[in-house]
Amino acid sequence: MSKQAQHWEKTRNLLFVTLAIWFVFSIGIFLFGAEMNEVTGPFGYPWTYWFTCQGSLGIFVILIFWFANRQEKIDEEFGFSERGDD
Amino acid sequence: MKGNFIDNLPKVYGIYTGGFLAFIIIMAICEQMGMTAKTIGICFVAFTVAIYAIIGWLSRTAQADAYYVAGRQVPTVFNGMATAADWMSGASFVAMAGGIYFKGYGYMALLVGWTGGYVLVASLLAPYLRKFGCYTVPDFIGTRYGGNLARLLAVIVLTVASFTYVTAQINATGTIASVALDIPFQYAVYVGLVSILLCSMLGGMRGVTWTQVAQYIVLIIAYLLPVFWISNKMGAGFFPHFMLADEVARIGELEQQFGFVANSKENLAVVPKGLAGITKAHSAVNATPWAFISLALAMMMGTASLPHVMMRYFTTPSVKAARKSVGWSLFFIFLLYSSAPMLATLSKLSLIDPSLPTGIIGKSIAEVQAIDWYQNWNQANLMFVSDFNGNGTLELNEFFMGGKAVVLATPEIAGLPYVISGLVAAGGMAAAMSTADGLILAIANALSHDLYYKIIDPKAETAKRLVVARVLLVVIGFAGATIAAMEIQGILGSVIWAFDFAMSGLFFPLVLGVWWKRANREGAIAGMALGLISGAWYLVWVRTGGSGFLGITQLTFGIFGSAVSLVSMVVVSLITSAPNAATQKMVDEVRVPSGRTILGKQ
Repeated sequence: MSKQAQHWEKTRNLLFVTLAIWFVFSIGIFLFGAEMNEVTGPFGYPWTYWFTCQGSLGIFVILIFWFANRQEKIDEEFGFSERGDD
Repeated sequence: MKGNFIDNLPKVYGIYTGGFLAFIIIMAICEQMGMTAKTIGICFVAFTVAIYAIIGWLSRTAQADAYYVAGRQVPTVFNGMATAADWMSGASFVAMAGGIYFKGYGYMALLVGWTGGYVLVASLLAPYLRKFGCYTVPDFIGTRYGGNLARLLAVIVLTVASFTYVTAQINATGTIASVALDIPFQYAVYVGLVSILLCSMLGGMRGVTWTQVAQYIVLIIAYLLPVFWISNKMGAGFFPHFMLADEVARIGELEQQFGFVANSKENLAVVPKGLAGITKAHSAVNATPWAFISLALAMMMGTASLPHVMMRYFTTPSVKAARKSVGWSLFFIFLLYSSAPMLATLSKLSLIDPSLPTGIIGKSIAEVQAIDWYQNWNQANLMFVSDFNGNGTLELNEFFMGGKAVVLATPEIAGLPYVISGLVAAGGMAAAMSTADGLILAIANALSHDLYYKIIDPKAETAKRLVVARVLLVVIGFAGATIAAMEIQGILGSVIWAFDFAMSGLFFPLVLGVWWKRANREGAIAGMALGLISGAWYLVWVRTGGSGFLGITQLTFGIFGSAVSLVSMVVVSLITSAPNAATQKMVDEVRVPSGRTILGKQ
């Protein structure tokens, strides 16, 4: 397999992992919104309520930075990263 | 000189922020010395708009690269702030807390949707479009798929979605300008428009970028300061985000105690238009999973298809920076979005809890009608009480409020000085202006770059292209203002439609353009045209009394439109021939961050 194909395969796998996490916190957990809201979560808020006001939102922020770092590592591994500024 | 400016950004905006805080303090002192509320409001709006205009003037440019993509040198963190201002509209600022206040959980799907979409932006699109090196979103479609028809369709989808959105923003600037400056709405709309054009006309994307950073700083201070202040004043906790669990629980208790009494039709007929009572639980799950998920999903896919957001990532210095910048954008958005539910909680509790001095439920109607702030906001048509059951006491179902009042009136109800209300007006103005600027620029750039330069007159010189771009900017602005002045829809309805239109026509053609090599011109044309048409058809059908299907409403019609778009794009691509070798090679290059951009230096 060429270097480029390997790079793309790793990139695609990272995408799948990222989208899986995204799916869980944007869609998956809200399938059980009513049940989850019965339980007390962080800072004493009900779980579902907390996810909609802070939890999911905060997880998305962290997820994007995590994704960006992983992708940079993949790019570096194959020598495809850009030099210099950001 | 320019390199200097970029290096000095933290210092420049640091001084700016300090200056703005000093201005707030000066205004507070003036208030103590007897300056009237009206003068303070005018000072806030005039001062901030003047600053934006100065930044717009300083950013003037005659170069295409600077005009279209701010010279591709905007650092990640600052691009994040600019995107956050671009993104958070007048609706986010003024109406979001109100929506949460009235509709609770069902509405909070928007919070999840309007943030989750950035994960899609970061992982599926932004870095690849940055590598492409395009000036506009249709530029990508036109080059990836080839041919003027694909480019033209992308321009059409972009224009439909962005124009729907921009009228709402100009409407919001008009509303705020009319309240703060005390002039009729029909004129205030044009005052708002002129302020918007001052930021973008001379400097294009460069001007918009640096004003948006300034606008973000104003709007985030204007949102967070009152939330923290109110929370502390009520004794609810000094850091509301982590400390309002008791208040949320208390609202639940009060809801139980009062009960949600339904009002009869005759009673509701006397309530002024646009005002609503509290009829839904605050923190309980009050929507079906599908209602919540479909709305969140539509907003997420819409986020990833809205061109005014995507084009912000064309301005970063590198592909790597584009990815990081999406993270910063969402961080800055998170600061405001996570505060909106807290403001809604504080606002609701302060009004309905009889044990608080500000609580009005349970007081006598006459007593409530004598309160100063009630009279002010009743006059502004944002509050209303009526003794439906004739017992002389205000019940939960007898109190009505406009959605905007949560942000606009809560500081006054909590007894904060008027300077805060002036600050909030400036924040709302900044939010609406920054979004309007991004949208008008997106439309004008697509028309001037893709329609005029790429399709009509490919030999046009830079100077002429930029004149065309600026003329279009003004024309589109005036068209938007004229429609806004007619006041046809509410602010939020049209904002949500813009997301649905964008996702119907653009989501899959953009994503598959990067992720599916086999996608070809015919497929993209079918995907854009059929997606947009079927989405628009569904909206019209439901609006004219159609029953809809699968629980897709007029707010989520993009789910239907994008499904049609996906199916038609895949089917048509597969039954027509694969893209040529040059196009396939181009896609390979887009997937690799290093090396020259596809379109090279234009």
